[in-house]
Amino acid sequence: MADREERRFAEVSRESVRLMAEGAGVELGDDVAALLAEDVCYRLREATQSSSQFMRHAKRRKLTVEDFNRALRWSNVEAICGYGAQDALPFRSVKEGELFFVEDRDVNLVELALATNIPKGCAETMVRVNVSYLDGKGNLEPQGTVPTAVQSLSDDLLKYYQQITRAILGEDPHLMKVALLDLQSNSKIAALLPYFVYVISGVKSVSHDLEQLNRLMHMVKSLVQNPYLYLGSYVRSLVSSVMYCILEPLAASINPLNDHWTLRDYAALLLSHIFWTHGDLVSGLYHQIVLSLQKVLSDPVRPLCSHYGAVVGLHALGWKAVERVLFPHLPAYWANLQAVLDDYSVSNAQVKADGHKVYGAILVAVERLLKMKALSLSQSAEGHSGAHPGSVVGAASYRVNSPGLSPPPEPLSEAALGIASHLQVGGAGCHWEEWTPVPLPAMYCELYSFFGDSLAVRFSTGPGFGTHSPCTPSQLSNSRKEPPGPASNLDTTRKMPQLTANLNISPRQDGSPRTDPPPPSLSGTGSVRAVPRASSMQRSKSSSSCSRQRSAGLSREVFPKARFTSPQTTPPAFSFLIGGRQMGQRCQGRRPFQTMFATTPPVSAVPPRTYAHKLPVIGRVGKPVRRWTCSHYSLHLPL
Amino acid sequence: MAAVQGGMSDADIETDIKTEPSTDGFGNNNANDGRVLSASPGSGSSTGSNKQTAAVTPEDQQTLLAVLQFLKKNKLIESVEILRREAGLPENSLDPKATESAGAGSGGAAGIVDLEGGDVSSLLSRVTGSSSAGAQAPTKAVAEDQPDVRVVLSAYSQQGDPTLYEVYYSDLKKFIETVLDCHRAELSQVFYPLFVHMYLELVYNNHESEAKAFFEKFSGDQECYYEEDLRVLSGLTKKEHMRGNETLLDFRTSKFVLRISRDSYQLLKRHLQERQNNQIWNIIQEHLYIDIFDGMPRSKSQIDAMSGSLAGEAKREANKTKVYYGLLKEPEIELPLDDEDEEAENEEGKPKKKKPKKDSMGSKSKKQDPNAPSQNRIPLPELKDSDKLDKIMYMKEATKRIRLGSDNLPSVCFYTFLNAYQGLTAVDFTDDSSLIAGGFADSTVRVWSVTPKKLRKVKSAADLNLIDKESDDVLERIMDEKTASESKIMYGHSGPVYGISFSPDRNYLLSSSEDGTVRLWSLLTFTCLVAYKGHNYPVWDTQFSPYGYYFVSGGHDRVARLWATDHYQPLRIFSGHLADITCTRFHPNSNYVATGSSDRTIRVWDVLSGNCVRIFTGHKGPIHSLAFSPNGKFLASGATDGRVLLWDIGHGLMMGELKGHTDTIYSLRFSRDGEILASGSMDNTVRLWDVMKAFDDLETDDFTAATGHIHLQDNSQELLLGTYTTKSTPVIHLHFTRRNLLLAAGAFNP
Repeated sequence: MADREERRFAEVSRESVRLMAEGAGVELGDDVAALLAEDVCYRLREATQSSSQFMRHAKRRKLTVEDFNRALRWSNVEAICGYGAQDALPFRSVKEGELFFVEDRDVNLVELALATNIPKGCAETMVRVNVSYLDGKGNLEPQGTVPTAVQSLSDDLLKYYQQITRAILGEDPHLMKVALLDLQSNSKIAALLPYFVYVISGVKSVSHDLEQLNRLMHMVKSLVQNPYLYLGSYVRSLVSSVMYCILEPLAASINPLNDHWTLRDYAALLLSHIFWTHGDLVSGLYHQIVLSLQKVLSDPVRPLCSHYGAVVGLHALGWKAVERVLFPHLPAYWANLQAVLDDYSVSNAQVKADGHKVYGAILVAVERLLKMKALSLSQSAEGHSGAHPGSVVGAASYRVNSPGLSPPPEPLSEAALGIASHLQVGGAGCHWEEWTPVPLPAMYCELYSFFGDSLAVRFSTGPGFGTHSPCTPSQLSNSRKEPPGPASNLDTTRKMPQLTANLNISPRQDGSPRTDPPPPSLSGTGSVRAVPRASSMQRSKSSSSCSRQRSAGLSREVFPKARFTSPQTTPPAFSFLIGGRQMGQRCQGRRPFQTMFATTPPVSAVPPRTYAHKLPVIGRVGKPVRRWTCSHYSLHLPL
Repeated sequence: MAAVQGGMSDADIETDIKTEPSTDGFGNNNANDGRVLSASPGSGSSTGSNKQTAAVTPEDQQTLLAVLQFLKKNKLIESVEILRREAGLPENSLDPKATESAGAGSGGAAGIVDLEGGDVSSLLSRVTGSSSAGAQAPTKAVAEDQPDVRVVLSAYSQQGDPTLYEVYYSDLKKFIETVLDCHRAELSQVFYPLFVHMYLELVYNNHESEAKAFFEKFSGDQECYYEEDLRVLSGLTKKEHMRGNETLLDFRTSKFVLRISRDSYQLLKRHLQERQNNQIWNIIQEHLYIDIFDGMPRSKSQIDAMSGSLAGEAKREANKTKVYYGLLKEPEIELPLDDEDEEAENEEGKPKKKKPKKDSMGSKSKKQDPNAPSQNRIPLPELKDSDKLDKIMYMKEATKRIRLGSDNLPSVCFYTFLNAYQGLTAVDFTDDSSLIAGGFADSTVRVWSVTPKKLRKVKSAADLNLIDKESDDVLERIMDEKTASESKIMYGHSGPVYGISFSPDRNYLLSSSEDGTVRLWSLLTFTCLVAYKGHNYPVWDTQFSPYGYYFVSGGHDRVARLWATDHYQPLRIFSGHLADITCTRFHPNSNYVATGSSDRTIRVWDVLSGNCVRIFTGHKGPIHSLAFSPNGKFLASGATDGRVLLWDIGHGLMMGELKGHTDTIYSLRFSRDGEILASGSMDNTVRLWDVMKAFDDLETDDFTAATGHIHLQDNSQELLLGTYTTKSTPVIHLHFTRRNLLLAAGAFNP
């Protein structure tokens, strides 16, 4: 006790006091400042001392800002706000002024308030019991049931890890179930997480074995669902493994008998689950996922099963992703797909079957998109709804009537802005930056033009949408009154005619910058002729930042037949146009198939009717066709 | 008492007599006597007159005088008349003494006011709400606050030459260092109080630099356990700051108590008189209370064991009152046979009638414990049918109890609170270990069921109407199955919940919070029933009586309050601690209450009279846990100094010191049969102690028992039966199940 350490207190110097007084607009004398400084020190010490008792009674070792504020509040001093954050406050100095200050950045409240990725709430407080000592002897279980990842592996854990992996990847399905169940509910395996993640990342090495891939995916599911695990940055690794199963042309899919479709569906489901439950753990995860899906989708070199994966993945991510990525891509992609579907050669049978798979997937995705969009529109904007038919009509009339004469109607792009606003943040280097939402009716028209009645059937069941699609003369007149939109709107409005044009022209016309001359039949009508120009303009604009599209167009192994179909389709294209005039919008959807009928008779004796019925079958739960037997339910994604 | 003060003048004696009741008997007068016990449940009126008769003791008369004087001062003439008439005091009994004591500034009445005044003008100075019913006296004292503080401080105004202080002090120091070894330890006790008072005098008289120099020079000599107080003191360098500093006021208003043998005292006195060292002599006379005893001077270790509190040791007289520490007789309940299975096999409707089994427990409860209070000393609620059932369950369980001992240690189950985010502040288990409750810093109270039985609410009133009230399982039918869940959250507090306690019948839960309220929650509806307001400051702890109905709370306002659940005002106010009351515990017989405080003392209060009957000193830090042994004889206390002290309540003696923990002990619990003491601490360990051995080993003879000078062996290591560590979980609650399984609880703290 003899040599007590010196008293150490926080001292507030009189200079500081004077500065603060000046800040408040008061001039202080030297003696006053000195007195004040001393008093401030004393009061600070006093408050600190009394704050420590709040800490003691809270049974903590750490004095918190809250404790100090309590002490202040009880001594009738206003509490100090703004220091409750967990992160350390950076203390900075300015050399010149010998000034020290706590860095205090502006917080963009608008951004914070409108942020859609609300962080997941803290985990619920719970009580867990374990027998720590039996008869006062031995530590049966290490206490502290939430081990951190830093913890080194104990023998028990190691054994557990071996047993679990062996069970999951082993032969016994029952054992696997038990292991998965345990993995899903065990609260003490945090230390093993990196190991499990590593095992899962082994998907690449077993891409030939569907069974193993399935098991690994189930493992992912169990880990994701375990409420005691904090996945943290391991989410990224898990997602990449899942994405692998969704997108890669797995070795297993070479054999058409392997039902890799189910795996992709399951993986997509898993992806959405991960995203919705743990998406906030890694920033920008959503964009990365969407980007890679988009990349696959827009890459014609990829096999159809990859495309299928991309579509299913987008679907799993929600309708906004579909709207954002799949929908704008559809015209381009459709052509390729069409070509595959149009090829009736025997050698193409497998590819064609795959194509039908993709077709079905797209159909399901866009149907959901339409439904959700309609739902969101009808919910969000009752007041705006009056304007929608107008724009529909405007667009329709623009297409139906002579395009150059009527003023370009204004698309209601802002209606959809709020919904997908968070998609617009980030995503550097891709063309969704210049993406503007397409109004629902236009979207419907466009999609209808692809899918025809197979789409309409479903759509009619959607909430309150029947009024939107038909176009009546009265609405036509309304459209004229709409004010002309800004110049950029031209593109969006012209998109629709452009898409119809895409349909009847050969696939290469729109999807690629190849310099084929337009089919002769197109030159016949002014309206159609105007459209390709617009479309190519827009496409080049949209794809200007994306060089891969251009290069990909040169080699299309996936669609080998596509090249040959283009000359053949010229006459059908003509028939399409006629059909369009005769039947109007409503029957546009059938046109692709009608065109086929015109070309195909020599090739096969398939009765046209049966074929026409087949397509809707693919996407639904219907009679399984050919070898998609097992996966007829696969597109049913309960999201 | 005159003998105690030795050669002091008559005036001193008189003031001493007055201070005594005013501090210790204060709560007695304060609580409304008539109301208290007639308010008790059932037939409580028979004991109602108990108080009136007790009030005629000489001590109480002094108190009455003090109150009279106080009333007069406030010109409450009618009240004076009434009080005088009722107490039967003569007209002139008051006047001469009143003026005298007021002049002295340390009289009885002033003592009270000082105490409250110190509280009010303390750091947490907040004007006491006049609506607070329990604090009638304090609210009146507010008006008196300022002048009295001045009176207190003005005692320092008589000063000598500031430069001579150092000389005086070092002179005394030199003297004490040269006396015989046996006296040195005793006389060294005066260093600390002298040092503090001299320093404060210097500060008060604006000799700032001298005060600083004085502090620098001599603060190092003080015992290490005063470090905390010295730190507060060192911050205090201005006269302005002295006002409203609670530590200072504590020091001034309560005399620092020293126990010194007569020989040593004579030595000191002679020395000071020889040297004409009036400065120090004045301080000793005015601010110190020297409790002189005849016999051997105490050794250094004996002194150290007992010192450390804010106001010195307890006076010997303080621990002389008889305490009825025995247990109450258990009500006789027909104990069904253990072999229930056999019974079930018999034909229904013909239950075998057998005599209640006479086991050891049954026979013990028949005989009245000589040390037990009379059965209705404190009116207790009558047993309900469900209570009887519970008692039967308890006895059944008790027969399966594992007998613990040094060779048979309990198993430990740890209840870990996950995801508590450093917010878990209090935990309690029900006696049957079926529920666990947690109080949290976010003001919530959560209850978990630790059995498979889920928590259910009672159905709504409309649904309850539909129930067949005559059916046997009506208690089951009133529960709403839809609300079944593992845990329930209860919202209501507006500050961290620091104390939590289940009622013995598991129907209620108490929680005390920083917001100054104690709340009573129903565990049937999981809603708040009552908010008891009275403490206007944070309430640190609360506990139900072992028989239910009553509960005690204590908090930052330095008073503990006794409440009954059906009264919104406290029945008793226990006042006397010099700092926050940090923990409160009921004696197993419900007649006494123990409180631990930041002033490093433990006090035991009589629920009936409201008097302080025991003061235990010896801890060197704020006391955070208390536990009565199941037989009611012993008390264990744990503090921030990491030591557990054991006390004999009957004799008022320290029985043992258990060293081992390295951090604050937040939880103490005796095993069901009192063989083993478990302590849980912030240092992430649970330790088990062989307390039977500690009690047996203690050598006591008549002399030590009479003087209280126990020589403690340093045998903590032998008594320590086991140390169980958690990974990273401070242990904040311990509980022995009825079968002696040890449950521990704490929040995982990654």
